[in-house]
Amino acid sequence: MTKSIAKPIKTPKEVEREFNLLRVLVGMAIALFIAFLIILLISKTPLAALESFIIGPLTTLRRIGNIVEAMTPLLFTGVAVCFIFSANQTNMAVEGGFLLGALGATIGATVFHLPPVLHPLVCMLLGGLFGAFACYVPAILYVKFNSKPVVSSLMMNYICMYIALGIINHVIRDPGAGFPASYTFDETAQLARILKGTHIHAGILIGLAVALFGYLYLYRSRRGYEIRMVGKNMNFAAYSGMPVNTVLMRSQLIGGFLAGMGGAVEVLGMYTRFQYQGLTGHGFDGILVGIIAGYNPAMVPLAALFLGYIRVGADVMSRMNDIPIELVSIIQSIIIVLVVAERFLYKLKHRKLVEVAHKELAREEVAAHE
Amino acid sequence: MNNNILSAILSAEFAYSVIRVTTPLLFCALAALVCNRGGVLNIAFEGCMLTAAFCGVVGSAYSQSLFVGLLAGLAGGIGIMMLMGYFNLILNANVVLTGIALNTFASGGTVFALYILCNDKGLSTSLQSLAFPTVNIPLIQDIPMLGKILSGHNVLTYVSFLFVFLVYLLIFKTPLGLRIRAVGENPNAASSVGINVTKTKFITLLIGGLIASLGGVYMSMGYLTWFGRDMVAGRGFIGIAAQNLGNAAPVPTFVAALFFGFANALSNVLQTQDIPSEAVQAIPYIATLIGLIAYSSSTRKKRLGRKVPRRRIADGL
Repeated sequence: MTKSIAKPIKTPKEVEREFNLLRVLVGMAIALFIAFLIILLISKTPLAALESFIIGPLTTLRRIGNIVEAMTPLLFTGVAVCFIFSANQTNMAVEGGFLLGALGATIGATVFHLPPVLHPLVCMLLGGLFGAFACYVPAILYVKFNSKPVVSSLMMNYICMYIALGIINHVIRDPGAGFPASYTFDETAQLARILKGTHIHAGILIGLAVALFGYLYLYRSRRGYEIRMVGKNMNFAAYSGMPVNTVLMRSQLIGGFLAGMGGAVEVLGMYTRFQYQGLTGHGFDGILVGIIAGYNPAMVPLAALFLGYIRVGADVMSRMNDIPIELVSIIQSIIIVLVVAERFLYKLKHRKLVEVAHKELAREEVAAHE
Repeated sequence: MNNNILSAILSAEFAYSVIRVTTPLLFCALAALVCNRGGVLNIAFEGCMLTAAFCGVVGSAYSQSLFVGLLAGLAGGIGIMMLMGYFNLILNANVVLTGIALNTFASGGTVFALYILCNDKGLSTSLQSLAFPTVNIPLIQDIPMLGKILSGHNVLTYVSFLFVFLVYLLIFKTPLGLRIRAVGENPNAASSVGINVTKTKFITLLIGGLIASLGGVYMSMGYLTWFGRDMVAGRGFIGIAAQNLGNAAPVPTFVAALFFGFANALSNVLQTQDIPSEAVQAIPYIATLIGLIAYSSSTRKKRLGRKVPRRRIADGL
């Protein structure tokens, strides 16, 4: 008898959590499987293409560096999405916020002249504030005018794009660059490279710190609890005395700030001048990262690593073989729909839950007999 | 310079171009209207239109038949909407996130296929695709000013006007429209009187997908005569906003679409002037934000202790 008691039965909550993880993993596996199928069907050299997709990113130090470089901005936008979506706001202005953040950092890095460590910090702060502005507009439209953030944030993305391009092309454009780009950044503002032979820069460390901060804030602090509670049930949160509108605004401003910081870190670490020609897609990638991470910042680094890996793999493949890099978009979309589909693997989960309930009943019965 | 702009805006050519750029917005807005009435409003119209634009070009290029091109375009767009229905209605997935996924899929998938077919990631100009003809309306084209504005448009533009009327008939004058509205307003009540809610929602998505696909086909086979990467450029979202602004009623939605078309055409005109083009290109999107505020303040919904001053039909996004 003591044996069965020694092995604790899972609670339904644990089963739920386990299945969420399983759904993410199965979703990623199915998406990759479909990608492999597409490669096999379309490529003239399928095996070489598959090889460069799967193993390619690990073959040289530079490519490993590329993975880290690709995941760095996703850490910021991924955590930003965790904040915003935890409050159940589908504010997608993270995308525009990232670009505005890059603009803010550009202004900081070309207009101000400051000592080394202080300069990138000021640039990141400026970028963060710019990014917060992008998310502020849809947030305030919801709180004040009750206009849901879906369409307004999508519109905001385009507005951010034109703001950034307008300022770059007409105010701080370097006529000597030969293409539309800003003046070069002061060297004091650029982030230090931390590994020779790659472009890995200090941004990865800042990004990991942001993920840690996000986890502590959302899951280990009272304010984070407020955000998650408002996201789960706004009426309940209001009823228990939480300032719902303030919490909504706070979650989105923090998210926008982090997204903007990500844009700042990306341009300061990877480039010497602002040279984007449009939206970068980092915000929507951040949404995918957030979804895979289950809106938990602690999982964001893993999710970002995964996305960075398939990005670099697809890039290597598109350069060596005949499969375009857009394959990544197809993989991404399949993962999103499978992870957010509540009914996907539902039967398996249901069976598991019933099993747990049966065990629980059996144990109670045994206990009653004794 | 101001006189130049003013005379450019007051000309018949400008009014003509307003109608021309309104067409895809109107199609999308009407599709969003039907979906909103049926409780399945989503943001996948962008991907739906893009896929339709691509499939239309490819279908017409390979068959050299306009009709086959149209069918291919409709099939592609409706396919995206059916995927939306499958994931949202059957697998219970969040509607906005599914929409993001389908838009990503359409954006990447069309470029992927374009590269496979034409070895080009930007334009489909190497495909010999067909375009819908323009039509001169017999009597109207002879009226001095009006003729220039209303006649000589693409045939799909007139179809879009026709659809304002058709959608009105469908939603308010047919049994199917009644079922769609019943399901949209209260699925439980509709289900209790024997309406198959899921089936009705699928039909709604089908109709919405069909109308939006016409807009997509217009983009690549009328407005332009080729497919370009991400050529829908947010029109799918602006259509939803127009429908919000029109409170999911056909004629106000038509007016709202014209308003966004006006902003769009205005930005095209101003781009030729000495104004930073970025400021001008942002106009339609800023107008949409302002429109959303106007819509929301006129139909303020009860949220957390607020009063409900006015009747509200549609929820919006």
